[in-house]
Amino acid sequence: MDQPSILELVRAVQAFIENRAMPELKGHTAFHARVAANALGIVARELEFGPKATATEKEQLVALLGHDGSVEELNRELCARIRNEEIGIDSEALRQHLELSTLDKVAIDQPNYSGLKIAKAR
Amino acid sequence: MTTADFLADLDRALAQVLPGFERVDSITRLSGGASQETWAFDALIGGKREPLILRRSPGGGPRVTESGNSVALETEAVVIEAARNSGVAAPRVRYILRPVDNVGHGYIMDRLPGETIARKILRDTEFDAIRPKLARQCGAILAKIHKVDTAPLARILPVIDGPTQLRRYRDLYDVYDYPHPVFEFAFKWLEPRMATAKRQTLVHGDFRHGNLLISPHGIEAALDWELTHVGDPLEDIGWICTNSWRFGVADKVVGGFGDLRDLIAGYEEAGGEKIDIDDARTWIVYGSLKWGIMCMSMYQGFRNDGSVERAAIGRRSSETEIDLVNLIIHGKI
Repeated sequence: MDQPSILELVRAVQAFIENRAMPELKGHTAFHARVAANALGIVARELEFGPKATATEKEQLVALLGHDGSVEELNRELCARIRNEEIGIDSEALRQHLELSTLDKVAIDQPNYSGLKIAKAR
Repeated sequence: MTTADFLADLDRALAQVLPGFERVDSITRLSGGASQETWAFDALIGGKREPLILRRSPGGGPRVTESGNSVALETEAVVIEAARNSGVAAPRVRYILRPVDNVGHGYIMDRLPGETIARKILRDTEFDAIRPKLARQCGAILAKIHKVDTAPLARILPVIDGPTQLRRYRDLYDVYDYPHPVFEFAFKWLEPRMATAKRQTLVHGDFRHGNLLISPHGIEAALDWELTHVGDPLEDIGWICTNSWRFGVADKVVGGFGDLRDLIAGYEEAGGEKIDIDDARTWIVYGSLKWGIMCMSMYQGFRNDGSVERAAIGRRSSETEIDLVNLIIHGKI
């Protein structure tokens, strides 16, 4: 693909909504424009940080479960193993994986969330 | 969509129940989805204006909500009146609509002064003086709600105790069929802690910052009673302490404005039973898990209606996951 990159395009649309469109809008439509701009923020962060986060998540899942697969398949298996208690909730390896993968996920979804700040302060 | 096409019927209904009633004036739609509407209006009575609220389901059918746990609007009205008669700050119900009124299902209540927008209450200087007192007031209101005699309400209120709550959200999560390992982890942590039903009282069901009408004088009313039921009173305490309802002020555990020990002090002072902190914590964990699964529900809603707001809320389930990590793994409240 040519320039601009997909990340630049998303950032441009986000900035347009925030700086140009929103001041012209009122009430519910203004609110939904804010929500839409924030959603594009998620897209931009996922484009930028998603590949590394997913690769790390997969690496951890493979280490935890002992075999390869897609991230969704591995997550389904992890859920099943927690549920049928093959992996206990006291497992340090499990807890570490849950914490690290969640940190990456929230950093993409809601980087200003209070719970993320608390977790990162540790 | 915002015109009140039922105005003539509403006029006719109110003329029969409010002595001296002239007409409805300045009616505006406040909020609501397809199955439920909230309207603000003034009733002109003997030359004076009475600020009122109409909550109604226009089609007359049952309400459709995310959790599917709503009671009928008529039940909501009866419970509000029962709570008010026990000293709970809540709006006075003026009239419950009848089928003959042709306005739909619902009721009319007083419109009280105050603010419900949480971020304003946490930020605006006019609330500076009252903010530190709100947690204690929440405790007192909750103690009164939890002491309401449920015997007269038994026929109309569902019993949804702790184990039932957890099972319902487990079922909902299973239906959505998308893996969230942190939610599985939280279910496993909660199951033994919520295995037995404990106290059973009236429960508000959605007692959180955002559903409280607050003025510079204090909490004027607990609103949004549609999820009321009989269940574990700690559900209400856990819900208002869930981090999602602290609106960014995480160190103020109660709604972003207060401390849990103030809430407990207000609760016990108003005659509420002793609260065990570990039990309260269990219900805060449950609150985060519940909101996380409700975020998953929003995604299902988005697939039906394409709403950008619901889509965005879908991506907030990870907020509750980091809260669950903080709560369960690190013991942070």
